[in-house]
Amino acid sequence: MDGGNWDILILGAGPAGISAALTAHARGRRALVLSGDPMATPLAKAPAIHNYPGLPGMSGRELLSAMLAGLERQGVRRVTGRVTAVMPFDGSFMVSAEQDVFQAGSLILAAGAQQSLKPLPGEAEYLGRGVSYCATCDGMLYRGRTVAVLCLGAQAEEDADLLQSIGCSVLRFGRAQAKDAQIIGTDRVTGLVCGGQEHAVDGVFVLRDAVAADVLLPGLAMEGGHIAVDGDMGTSVPGVFAAGDCTGRPYQIARAVGQGNIAALAADRYLKEREK
Amino acid sequence: MSVIDLTAENFDQTIAGGTVLVDFWAAWCGPCKMQSPVVDAFARDHADVTVCKVNVDEQPTLAARFGIMSIPTLMVFKDGQLHKKTVGLSGGDEIEEMCR
Repeated sequence: MDGGNWDILILGAGPAGISAALTAHARGRRALVLSGDPMATPLAKAPAIHNYPGLPGMSGRELLSAMLAGLERQGVRRVTGRVTAVMPFDGSFMVSAEQDVFQAGSLILAAGAQQSLKPLPGEAEYLGRGVSYCATCDGMLYRGRTVAVLCLGAQAEEDADLLQSIGCSVLRFGRAQAKDAQIIGTDRVTGLVCGGQEHAVDGVFVLRDAVAADVLLPGLAMEGGHIAVDGDMGTSVPGVFAAGDCTGRPYQIARAVGQGNIAALAADRYLKEREK
Repeated sequence: MSVIDLTAENFDQTIAGGTVLVDFWAAWCGPCKMQSPVVDAFARDHADVTVCKVNVDEQPTLAARFGIMSIPTLMVFKDGQLHKKTVGLSGGDEIEEMCR
């Protein structure tokens, strides 16, 4: 696999993911963190944090920078990329991000709260029939055609540029415009209704920062919009653990850091069991 | 059984008889790289199914003919007729189910 083989792959570089990575590394595991831009997260926008012990009044950006610097100091690798698919295979997991595929014995999901991932009307219905989450994967199939790009994530503009550069005619819609958007079609996508206006398009690229966890990994049990976990941060899929805001409220750094630690220890135990 | 690379020239002839699984893929697509070893493993374990791949980049006419809008797409043909189609990643069990 071009992204390499790892013991533990951690999806997300917030407090939960970083904590998990540090613990996995301390346990001698080959750990890789795969994430979007940590500074594009809600935490990075927090002006001051007063309830995280030991670091009073730090801004979210300062705290994240310090955590990321600690990760780097330990020599833990982090790769920037948006994860588009996860699949169990042959006792391990394959994860694709952009054009690379990573393989790992265990996964820790730590991609943050997913409240903005509510699907648009028509999105699920036309997935694969004109709706795509991956410009790199499907862009070439729309060369010479008109596509709508819903820019809902930090990387979306870049992907829209990519689509344009390979010869798609691109209509861009921002977060505010996409709020009341609706995808319409027959047996495949024919248009996007936005602000009461219908735009004729052959494809709709819905580009968020993250794909919903249960879309990424079919069969993953959810509970009230969060990933369902047990006391060891294990999910319904053996070998897959979750930590931080993606597992539920309260959305607090202290909770995320603790859960990241527990998840990494549990992943280590899981791998040990399999190595026996 | 080995996996056959299909082109516009050999497509119809190859899918004409028996159960044929076709994996539509491209080199630029990360998820396709994940689908590939699963399809290869399926081919090894199922001598009764002809397993093929179509590189949509090199075979745009086949991609257009089957309306491929997202990859990976898997199709199963039985005696030349389209039997099942899935878009997105499929595990070995799902492929087995598709071929039934």
